[in-house]
Amino acid sequence: MSSIDYNQIMSIGIYGSAIGLILIGLYAVLMKKHLTKIVIGLSIIDAGIHLLFVAIGYIDNGTAPIFSPKGLEMMAAGKTMVDPVPQALVLTAIVIGFGVTAVALSLVIRLYRHNKTARIDQIKSLKW
Amino acid sequence: MKKVLVILMLAVIGYSLGTSFSTIKFGENRIGDPKEEKNVAAYYLNRTPDELSVANVITAIVVNYRGFDTLGEVSVLFLAATGLGSILYRRRKKGEHPEVITKPASQLLQSGSKLIYPAILVLGAYVFIHGHLTPGGGFQGGAIIATGLLLMMMAYKDFEIRHNVLTWVESIAGITFVSLGLTGLIYGKTFLENFLPTGNINDVVSGGIIPIIYIAVGFKVAAELAGVLETLLSNKEND
Repeated sequence: MSSIDYNQIMSIGIYGSAIGLILIGLYAVLMKKHLTKIVIGLSIIDAGIHLLFVAIGYIDNGTAPIFSPKGLEMMAAGKTMVDPVPQALVLTAIVIGFGVTAVALSLVIRLYRHNKTARIDQIKSLKW
Repeated sequence: MKKVLVILMLAVIGYSLGTSFSTIKFGENRIGDPKEEKNVAAYYLNRTPDELSVANVITAIVVNYRGFDTLGEVSVLFLAATGLGSILYRRRKKGEHPEVITKPASQLLQSGSKLIYPAILVLGAYVFIHGHLTPGGGFQGGAIIATGLLLMMMAYKDFEIRHNVLTWVESIAGITFVSLGLTGLIYGKTFLENFLPTGNINDVVSGGIIPIIYIAVGFKVAAELAGVLETLLSNKEND
């Protein structure tokens, strides 16, 4: 009998990895010099936030919120359906994240064409 | 110096996020009994099977209960695709070489993609037609179809999707979505109200307007993503 139960390990592991992803993405945005890497950092922040959302909606002993024959069978066996609202919100957020990434990448391409480099420390017009 | 400051800041952010999320217990049942409808999630879980005959609750939320939100989301995607086109639009100067890779793709990629391409399209169509029964839906199916088109663009340099076709598919899908919503407004009380018979749960033809809207969304998303990929990969020629 250990003092830390299963639930605590899961919450530390999942919330921890989600927050870790957010921090890694933030680090990339703040420290990296190459614009493509900054865009990748933004995507990693997105992924962390989505993981956090879905993790909050999870219920112990839960199944997917789908009333298929298999799902009803599992419900009869004593499982509960997880919260569908965060999953629907994450579906929206993924699509918006795609839009943000696409526009950011197009701006990077534009900057690259104009300055012949995509590293922010080599773009002369940013120096002052 | 900057690195130390950044790591210090990240530590502060991580600590504050961690302490606030450690108070939320992981896996705790916050919905309660769906029959009592104590909160939004319970309401959706309780009402979806009887009211809409849709098996997938997430589809019911995205397309019906929050359908107006999805319409906005699709238009954000449309704006991103349009904005991309206008940001990257550039006239090529005389005698300037295009920025495309001139080396042809390998034989393996060419014949392999020919083999897989139809299967990817069928999978995408399956995912968005069965969006109300299985995990998946219009956005996912559209993204799958766009990956198939991306594969063909990478394998064959002369593979070209005409922008006219994409625009038409996109417009028709968007018009279908909005006109279904307006029909709901005319026949019922609210925008996007379900006016068709809902049928039996777990049938392919069930759920009233939800499958039709998700198929329209699937076509729209596929056309938009293909347009984005086309703009990013190709260089406009205006002679």
